[in-house]
Amino acid sequence: MDKEKASGILVFAEERKGDVHNVAYELLNKAQELKEDLDCEVASAVLSSQKLDYSELIYRGADKVYCIEDEKFASPEENYYKKNLLKITNAFNPEILLLGATGFGRSLAPRLAIALETGLTADCVDLQIDEESNKLIQIRPAFSGNILAHIKTEGLPQMATIRYKEFTEAPRDTSRSGEIIKLEPTEGEIEVGIEKIEERAKDITEAKIIIAGGQGLKQPQDLDILQDLADKLGGMVGASRDIVDEGYISHAHQVGYSGARVKPKIYIACGISGATQHIVGMKEADIIIAINKDPSAPIFNVADYGIVGDLYEVVPDLIAKIEDCM
Amino acid sequence: MLDIIVLVKQVPDVKKVKFDRERGVIDRKSAPNELNPFDLNALEAAVQIKEELGEDAAKITALSMGPDMAEDSLKEALARGADEAILLSAREFAGSDTWATSLVLSTAIKKLADYDLILAGEKTVDGDTGQVGPQIAEFLDIFHAAYVSEIKKLDNDNHNIQVISELWQSSFLKTLDFPCLLTVTKEINDPRLPSIKDKVQARKAEITKWDYSALSDYIAAEEIGIKGSPTRIKNIEVAPAIEREGEVWRDGYEKANEKICELLQEKQLLGGE
Repeated sequence: MDKEKASGILVFAEERKGDVHNVAYELLNKAQELKEDLDCEVASAVLSSQKLDYSELIYRGADKVYCIEDEKFASPEENYYKKNLLKITNAFNPEILLLGATGFGRSLAPRLAIALETGLTADCVDLQIDEESNKLIQIRPAFSGNILAHIKTEGLPQMATIRYKEFTEAPRDTSRSGEIIKLEPTEGEIEVGIEKIEERAKDITEAKIIIAGGQGLKQPQDLDILQDLADKLGGMVGASRDIVDEGYISHAHQVGYSGARVKPKIYIACGISGATQHIVGMKEADIIIAINKDPSAPIFNVADYGIVGDLYEVVPDLIAKIEDCM
Repeated sequence: MLDIIVLVKQVPDVKKVKFDRERGVIDRKSAPNELNPFDLNALEAAVQIKEELGEDAAKITALSMGPDMAEDSLKEALARGADEAILLSAREFAGSDTWATSLVLSTAIKKLADYDLILAGEKTVDGDTGQVGPQIAEFLDIFHAAYVSEIKKLDNDNHNIQVISELWQSSFLKTLDFPCLLTVTKEINDPRLPSIKDKVQARKAEITKWDYSALSDYIAAEEIGIKGSPTRIKNIEVAPAIEREGEVWRDGYEKANEKICELLQEKQLLGGE
């Protein structure tokens, strides 16, 4: 890229099976805000394994959409993605490059940053433009979220991965127009063998309601009680690390530092004491409800509503009351 | 001989470390240091590979960049099964961000020259970026697989490894030729504790130390440390605490459950799909 002339904001839109991950729409919304300070263009980069309606990204705020279509993008191979994203980055020449901090985004972005010879800030929760220098301030939590570090990048592009659900999605404005630019994929094959062997139906980071269980559960089949409640509310079951380690439920359900970071509308923690390891993963839920026998459990410190009681009594009663309301 | 490099880092015990909210700094003296918990899984994976291949068929080198006191963590790596440990420690390396750290580590790996498999934890508990592994892979121009939850098969004859990589809500079976880099999750194994005998032996062991002069033929001092780091921390603020209602029912849950039902109704989260 021609760093001297770099300008504009490029947002990577991660495509999976024909859908763009929502974090891209959130980043496009934030990009609109940054654009006002910078007076620049906003572009989106899509590497898609199938034909997409690229105008959706324009409706969400992109002035330009750069796309490369290639079946190979159905396989998450970071090096191949990097080469193609590099091609788009060179074509648009942005001063700011943003990617969602999804698992894949966090694995892909570091390769791209080195290839672009620039810095990278991980897992940001906010972005601002510094009034004096017009540089991007990247804000990320550190030490279990106790502090927020404000980071600037020397050199270009200024690059960051941003957490999901930090910004609201860009509104859809179908009157917007923009340019769609198609590029050819880079030559060569993916040199890593890739085969999908299992796909999980639901993504806990997308759940609006999470009913989570912890050590208060006596045996794996007791998760059924929580599943009942989750089913009633159209939610998902989550878990603390100890019951995942004990094999009660798969790691895909784990909430916390070594599991998923979630931001549901309601999080009901049942029999979870509230170790820091768990709390960092769920403390940003809109509403937190905690059910625990131990009145001194730290989970009550982060809860909006706490019930000191036995989950084996409280949850069935809650299910019954919900049925009455429906 | 399969040459395995395990990247390790000494970190403060984040469960114990105290945080000075007023000054907005970490009191690093408030907690003991330990080997980054995720790195234990990377080490254990290396040891299991070696056990499978045979004592003389693999060599494990633990590699770390850090201050002199990081020797302790490398000794622990030796106690846990590493054959050799190298500490990159120099004033010139201090203050490196992930870019500069990856540059220093990848340069040391290039200098080592013989490497087939590089293993790293998915992230460190202090920096929490997870960037250094993939960045090293890019500097070395080798492939990597992230969030590896299982090593399926190591094929020494064909010089490749099959792993499960957890991405996109799915498990992908990836086959990577050597040399390659893997970042592993906690799911991959349960790290064993070192025996007393191994600990005692490791305590006496020599850690190879490389300072900047070991790498100065490859990298300029301006490319590393604070000077070489493209990202800079400009300011630190104390994260605002999230306000919570904090209503607790201690005697009986019926009223509480009624309140939750009201709340669900209010938020339109009940029924009427």
